[in-house]
Amino acid sequence: MKFNSILFLKSEDSKIEDTLEAPAFFIDLNLDQIIDAIVAGKWDYNLKPFFYFPVKDSDTIKYRQEIVKDLENRILLDTIKSFAQKMVIMRRYLAMCKKLTYKYHLEGWFLETVIVYCDAVNSLAQELSQIDLHSQGLRDFREFLSNYAGSEKFTTLAAETKSLKSDLSSIKYSIITKGNFVRVRKYDSEIDYSLEVLKTFEKFKQGAVKDYTQYLTVSAGMNHVQAQVLDLVAKLNPEIFKNLDNFYTKYRYFCDETICRFDREIQFYVAYIEYMERFKKAGLHFCYPLITQQSKEIYNYEGFDLALANKCISENLTIVPNDFHLKDKERIIIVSGPNQGGKTTFARVFGQLHYLANLGLPVPGIKAQLFLFDNLFTHFEKEEDIRNLRGKLQDDLVRIYNIPNQATSNSIIIMNEIFTSTSLKDAVYLSKIVIEKIIQLDLLCMCVSFIDELALLSEKTISMVSTVVPENPTVRTYKIIKKPPDGLAYAIHIAEKYRLTYELLKERIKS
Amino acid sequence: MKAFLMFKDRDFNLSSQLPPISDTLLQDLEINTLLNAMALKDDYLFDIAKKTILSSLNDIDAILYRQDILKDCLKNPSIVREIYQIPIISNEKKHKRWLGIFSRYPAAILNESVQIMQLFVDLLRHFRQIADEHADKFDSEGFQRFFNMLKTELDDEFFTDVEAHLVELKFRDGTLISAELGNGNEGTNYVLRKPKTKNQHWFKKIFSQKNPTYTFYIADRDEAGSRALSELKDRGIILVANAVAQSVDHIDSFFKMLQGELAFYIGCLNLYDQLNQLGEPITFPIPAAANERKLSFVGLYDISLALTMKQKIVGNDINLDQKDLIIVTGANQGGKSTFLRSIGLAQLMMQCGMYVPAESFSANLCEGLFTHYKRKEDASMKSGKLDEELVRMSILVENMTKNSMVLFNESFSATNEREGSEIARQIIRALLEAGVKVVFVTHQYDFAHSFYSKKMPNAIFLRAERQADGKRSFKIYTGKPLETSFGVDVYKKVFGIDS
Repeated sequence: MKFNSILFLKSEDSKIEDTLEAPAFFIDLNLDQIIDAIVAGKWDYNLKPFFYFPVKDSDTIKYRQEIVKDLENRILLDTIKSFAQKMVIMRRYLAMCKKLTYKYHLEGWFLETVIVYCDAVNSLAQELSQIDLHSQGLRDFREFLSNYAGSEKFTTLAAETKSLKSDLSSIKYSIITKGNFVRVRKYDSEIDYSLEVLKTFEKFKQGAVKDYTQYLTVSAGMNHVQAQVLDLVAKLNPEIFKNLDNFYTKYRYFCDETICRFDREIQFYVAYIEYMERFKKAGLHFCYPLITQQSKEIYNYEGFDLALANKCISENLTIVPNDFHLKDKERIIIVSGPNQGGKTTFARVFGQLHYLANLGLPVPGIKAQLFLFDNLFTHFEKEEDIRNLRGKLQDDLVRIYNIPNQATSNSIIIMNEIFTSTSLKDAVYLSKIVIEKIIQLDLLCMCVSFIDELALLSEKTISMVSTVVPENPTVRTYKIIKKPPDGLAYAIHIAEKYRLTYELLKERIKS
Repeated sequence: MKAFLMFKDRDFNLSSQLPPISDTLLQDLEINTLLNAMALKDDYLFDIAKKTILSSLNDIDAILYRQDILKDCLKNPSIVREIYQIPIISNEKKHKRWLGIFSRYPAAILNESVQIMQLFVDLLRHFRQIADEHADKFDSEGFQRFFNMLKTELDDEFFTDVEAHLVELKFRDGTLISAELGNGNEGTNYVLRKPKTKNQHWFKKIFSQKNPTYTFYIADRDEAGSRALSELKDRGIILVANAVAQSVDHIDSFFKMLQGELAFYIGCLNLYDQLNQLGEPITFPIPAAANERKLSFVGLYDISLALTMKQKIVGNDINLDQKDLIIVTGANQGGKSTFLRSIGLAQLMMQCGMYVPAESFSANLCEGLFTHYKRKEDASMKSGKLDEELVRMSILVENMTKNSMVLFNESFSATNEREGSEIARQIIRALLEAGVKVVFVTHQYDFAHSFYSKKMPNAIFLRAERQADGKRSFKIYTGKPLETSFGVDVYKKVFGIDS
């Protein structure tokens, strides 16, 4: 069995570029913030390209979901983390070796590098053998690793490393300095003088005192005096240092490529699992979505916006999860209702869930079935761009018309407050045209709009409304529920849009 | 090396915190007057005396241990003061010669430490000399142990060893350092070694041995090389530098500790001199166990008042044994507060091992001493005066245990008498049942009388004396509570109206 990658089943997928850029909709959906938070502290692995590449293949998604499930086992996760830490150290040593100039110093650090590598491999193989694994990916890797760790090539390397280190550690020598003379010879069991001094004064001991050893400043690395001493130590122990020379020549390229690749790729999962922990601690849930292209029934219960929830947790604010469900012929959710009621957030959740699900990762919520999309399009209101010679309305139109042209019936479209820069009458007219086009394409869509009559256009649309506390309509619940559009909310919404409600006016007039 | 002059078996903790209600005690009992007399403007003595007096001992043996040492001090004041001077001289000399471990380089740290050690060795010799000459003049267990310790620990061998180290540590013959190979073959575990041969020329001698030796030389102009070489040496000597520097710190803190352990006794000597001049007596009190009820004295006077007035003052003779509740009523300015304070101060002084201001004095130990005095209205206080009083009371109760003693002075009189009395009654009843001893100075007839009429065997009623002519003798006698407090007398005196 040939193990290749813990992330990819198809070998053409596994050749993604390190320089891959984020998809266009990342900023609209706040996915840029989410991915930044996920990979924070793991820059060395360059994980972002993996997160920029939805696999679009249900086998790979399943392959990944199984691996994440396995990794939710704390013991396995800790095992992987400890392996990763060792590999980090190994790489740091290896990078350092490239800069070293004194021969035995370089060879000494090279030996340390191999020690760390052997330990990383052996510990991982040993620990994995004791853990129950269910995923194809990790089982295949375990088999590969076990074969590698037992191979003659590796066991010889480990044995030689160990014996060489033990020989070097056993060397004890003396340095005698007087004036500018330095003499080196073997240690002749002279007694420790500091112990003797301590003994004389021990009777005065009065409890804790300052530790003066803190003032020893040791410059890192090796200077030419130390190097000369080391050369003389080598001369005193010629056999051992000859072995070191040979070791360095023989094992210059000791590191296995597949293991290095695994070390990087597995961090895709580790990063996401660590990221999820923060939300789970706050009482939020994640689930493994069913991913399908066969049916356009999609649902998610108790989903939430990861980017927003992350901020809420820091500021100790409550997070309000929301649900959606499209079944039978339903394809389009029209979200309306009062401003600041969580509508934009709801739209982002819709996008985030689909994107993360298509990466093969668990998503916010307790239960989900999501669509395996071929492409995702977003249209969120943008600031006017002065480099763009078109007016804002024209700009909106251009962007919106491009979307249905590129989309297929397997795409997903998310629109947030389109045509706000025109008159209400125009906005209603234009919006209807766009939605009708989407209806024709039969694709999944979420559209946030104050034009709530859009919800009544077809049996493919449903209406969801952001709600207020009935007793006090100025308090938002941030709950978005499925119900017919509310005329009153609409009127208030328009007033709010132009900042003409009683409260808003008062604020404005004050200044 | 431990001085153990304050406690038989442990160090006197110089940095210990004062008990939580110390500020109240200081204020109510005017302890600062006493402390000032002990300190004679020496802040250090003041501080130690304060800590000692406020940190009562709850163990009769511990008290007697200090009493014996204090008796030795009263007998040999000049020798004790001479010992006390040694740590002070050490400090002065260090300042004068700019000695101290100021450096941050191992070689310099070692060098500085060796210099201070030289000074310390001289002072330690002085200790030894005092011990040799005067030890037999001291009888107390504490001092005997102390002098014996000096003789054993600072024996001739110690001084020989130290002198040898002080020479050796100048490394006139070079340094011998052992090392091992650590990660990356970098040297590690550098340890300074003592050459095997005692021969002055060991450095040359080692080359004649069979052990092969390789040598290199750092050129004079190679500055980086010289720096590298001293870093190498630093790594070798750091442990020994640390050892000597820490020893210096230890001896320094030994001196400081000794100063701390003696400071209290020096304060007692100072106070004794002043009382002697006033002709006021002192006595070593006889402590009784905490669960007994003992309080009897002859000639007990308020030491703070005597020191303030700078004159001999009237003392009281009363036997209050077997009493849990002592209620003092009587004439305004008749000496009630003074009496209450004299009891509090004597109790504190006894429980820190001091003599007390009386001709004779005996009392049971108190596991805690508390005062609750009527306070002036505080402008910043938002709550009412009664609230304030009850808040303070509640803090006291939080810290109170069985066999404590509480001194009340005109407490709970901020409200009308009936209410104040009822509050006081309920508090006192509870305290007595909890095994707390109470001394209560009050004007409140209702309160005092209600206890009087109960005829409790463990309660006693005292009155400030009012002589037939209306003058006060400042003497306190037993007597039942009376309904008036002779405020009219005070009024007359203030306005110069002769009765």
